[in-house]
Amino acid sequence: MENLQNTSMSLARPDTQKLSAKLKWALAFGSSGLFILLLAMFNTPLANHGVLLAASLSLISVGVVLYANELYLKKSEGIKNDGVWFNALSSRGARGWVVGVVLTMFYVVLYFYPHLLGLGAHGAKNTGLIALFDPLSHLLSGGDASQWFVYGTLYTLAILLFGFKFMLKYRGNRYQQLRTLSVMFFQFGFAFLIPELMAGLNSTSNLPYYDLKNMWPLNYYNFEQYRVDGFISAGNMGMAFLIFGIVSIFVISPFLTYKYGKRWYCSWVCGCGGLAETAGDPFRHLSSKTLASWKIERWLIHLVLVFVVLMTTAVVSTYLETDSSKYWLTKDVFLVLVGLLLTTGFTLTMVFKRKELGQDARYGAVGFFILIMSLLGIHYSSGGQLFFIDAETLRSLYGLLIGAIFSGVVGVGMYPILGSRVWCRFGCPMAAVLGFQQRMFSKFRITTNGGQCISCGNCSTYCEMGIDVRAYAQKGENIVRSSCVGCGVCAAVCPRGVLKLENGSLEGRVNSPEVMLGNNMGKSTNLD
Amino acid sequence: MSEEHVIIIGNGISGITLARHIRKLSDKKITVISNETEHFFSRTALMYIYMGHMKFEHTKPYEDWFWEKNKISLKKGYVQSIDTTSKSLVFQNNEILEYDKLIMATGSKPNKFGWPGENLNGVQGLYHLQDLTTLEKYAANNQVCERAVVVGGGLIGIELVEMLISRNIPVTFLVREKSFWGSVLPSLESEMLNRHIKDHHVDLRLGVNLKEIKGDQNGAVRSIVIKETNEEIACNLVGLTAGVSPNIEFVTSSDIATNRGILVNRFLETNVPDVYAIGDCAEQQEPIGKRKAIEAVWYTGRMMGETLAHTICGNRTAYNPGHWFNSAKFLDIEYQTYGWVNPAPLEKNRHFHWMHQDQSKCITIEYNQSTGEVNGINTFGIRLRHEVFHQWLTEKQDIDFVLKNLGKANFDPEFYARYEGDILEKYNLDLASV
Repeated sequence: MENLQNTSMSLARPDTQKLSAKLKWALAFGSSGLFILLLAMFNTPLANHGVLLAASLSLISVGVVLYANELYLKKSEGIKNDGVWFNALSSRGARGWVVGVVLTMFYVVLYFYPHLLGLGAHGAKNTGLIALFDPLSHLLSGGDASQWFVYGTLYTLAILLFGFKFMLKYRGNRYQQLRTLSVMFFQFGFAFLIPELMAGLNSTSNLPYYDLKNMWPLNYYNFEQYRVDGFISAGNMGMAFLIFGIVSIFVISPFLTYKYGKRWYCSWVCGCGGLAETAGDPFRHLSSKTLASWKIERWLIHLVLVFVVLMTTAVVSTYLETDSSKYWLTKDVFLVLVGLLLTTGFTLTMVFKRKELGQDARYGAVGFFILIMSLLGIHYSSGGQLFFIDAETLRSLYGLLIGAIFSGVVGVGMYPILGSRVWCRFGCPMAAVLGFQQRMFSKFRITTNGGQCISCGNCSTYCEMGIDVRAYAQKGENIVRSSCVGCGVCAAVCPRGVLKLENGSLEGRVNSPEVMLGNNMGKSTNLD
Repeated sequence: MSEEHVIIIGNGISGITLARHIRKLSDKKITVISNETEHFFSRTALMYIYMGHMKFEHTKPYEDWFWEKNKISLKKGYVQSIDTTSKSLVFQNNEILEYDKLIMATGSKPNKFGWPGENLNGVQGLYHLQDLTTLEKYAANNQVCERAVVVGGGLIGIELVEMLISRNIPVTFLVREKSFWGSVLPSLESEMLNRHIKDHHVDLRLGVNLKEIKGDQNGAVRSIVIKETNEEIACNLVGLTAGVSPNIEFVTSSDIATNRGILVNRFLETNVPDVYAIGDCAEQQEPIGKRKAIEAVWYTGRMMGETLAHTICGNRTAYNPGHWFNSAKFLDIEYQTYGWVNPAPLEKNRHFHWMHQDQSKCITIEYNQSTGEVNGINTFGIRLRHEVFHQWLTEKQDIDFVLKNLGKANFDPEFYARYEGDILEKYNLDLASV
């Protein structure tokens, strides 16, 4: 089987696939478009930024669309995973490593050395790649481009183009097509267009850049002082946004997760999920399925959640007043509210759902709870600095470790090595919150179809979240896991129609049949 | 008293399910012997390794630490003979192992019918992991293999065809029946599959037999000859997929009674005390219901393992499979069946057919003409819920009820087009024209 592993970098590789003329054209268009971006990146003096940018993005788009058409439209509808593990790009071969390292480096530059991309320091004019995007930025918001505008544009373009490719790949599957359309819509409209246009329209107000679908705690900076001040000073619209931000995490998301599972967000709305499902799709099978990874996942993601709760509490409490005559929400009231909220959640879970938690999960929950409450208690009784660390230090530490390194550099840079959902699985605090709700009180589950499973393992292999779906399916057990983002690919690649994502009654959601369906062991033996 | 030593020969789905369930129920010493692989893997996924959907490691349902943790010892070796008087096994290397209870779960081997040339290089079945190695050698791509011929129109045959076309290897598919899987499927369904197979550019030959396989001077396949027409087709690989039969060679010399398989009663016991057989290699003395005496099906192996564990652990339990069900995939078309649908309706029965205009989805229900009781259902391109049909068959529901409630049995992904209305309309039309 080794002879098909295309890990060789030889130009004379004997088993190169033959490319059709259309694929060659597609590659020519796409690479010419990328080449313009490269030229700009190397700070080549270019005139006519607007035309060049338009040409570059159009060429890339035409290339991807043509390529996808040629790749999928010639074949019948059905599963398109032939050769996935033979392709060096999608099986951690040489090309996979190169792309992984280049992507990772791009993120390092983006987060830590944006001047290398041409960001003008201290009001200076942009140069290089960022300057290339200035005309588009002027068009949308009126201001110069930043590294984040360049990134946001390319990110959105990636979701749109690879979303199109994904829709062709799964063109026999309406669930896949609809949810892909949905992430494309939310990324283009909510994450890209609306905030940019709002920034343009509201150039006089202080309304912060706000992607409405990006809620706390994924958007860990949403309740920082400058943003809250901005919201409040921007009048009714700003207050509405602030209230929406609070309502979305405490009311809207629990409700939607109850009805549909966390998939409503993670694989239908979220931008991180959107990129993972589209550009990241060729790497979904690289997620680790071992029990060891599952253990790491559960500790890591909940640690990040605890971190973001502590950090946000600390940050918010620093700008609240201590004098209750000025505003009802004082620092003390806020801390009591946080304490009450956590106590309520903890108590409800321990009283009603104790049996559904594993022993380590119980220990973890009790441990984290005691930790947070005692930190709050110490502060309250001694009046010292909250959590012993300066809130600003905590915030910048979170921003660096989690916001930049975990979600960006590792989360996306490592797509070709660790799979496309590393951040969502091991790090995202939003996924942790929604996952907890999904596990504890959602109607969502993946139903397995009686005794039809043949243990082939397609479902587990293609689960981007590293869930060993087969382990449940071959026992006839429903899959109720906090990490499941409901992408539905397990059900799509199952050759025997064993898996179905559905929202049903809470009763019997977590089932564990004694005997597999189809076996009448112990029942009367006179069936004909 | 030390725990009983249970030896299971064969680490396929039957043997492994048995081992797991014995471990759930007891502390018995368990040894699983295999000559094929060190660890249990899913044979059904072999095709996906060749197609590049998975690697071998993905076909293993349990991680490698699982066995030691559950105190199931795995032994790689080839059992040569069984001495039931001294209750011991003799291995090829003359090693001897004693058992208290012995279970045969040795599975099947591909059928060969004495065709001239059937042992040439490049002639093979698709059953063992080793078959993939030879396939990689003789059919790695369409330069090594300019054409492949697959002989035998069953489920393994169509899988091998799918594998080969995934690597752009031209395939000629020889099917003995007049229509693909025509001995099992009603003709409308079988003809739909003929078209689907041809749509994938497979050279499908119906109603033909293999006469001989010709070799070159190096002992490799050169061509095959079709019996009916004497046509010679040049090829580099011949896949023999004309069914499987029990893999019991080493058992026949012992005093364990065999026919085509190892003969067992409803308790999966052989004629020798403390010796049992499960899975593909077991043959029921009396077939159960309409099931075959030998059932080479994944889930029946699993059910036999599940059942026998209780007997081994002191609660003698009969093997009692419920309503027949099965599933398969023919290239891009999924198939499921619950209950019995015969190629032509049995006497007093009738078939109701519905086919979608795109020719990739259809259903057939066999039901009793006078009572309406549903005998079984076949579906292509529509997934059904096992639990619901299991219940309806147990309740002996009639076709009116089933068609009116078909939506409750639908198991397709969300947002898929639904056809219950069309199907019911077709049924009413059929009734009106009778």
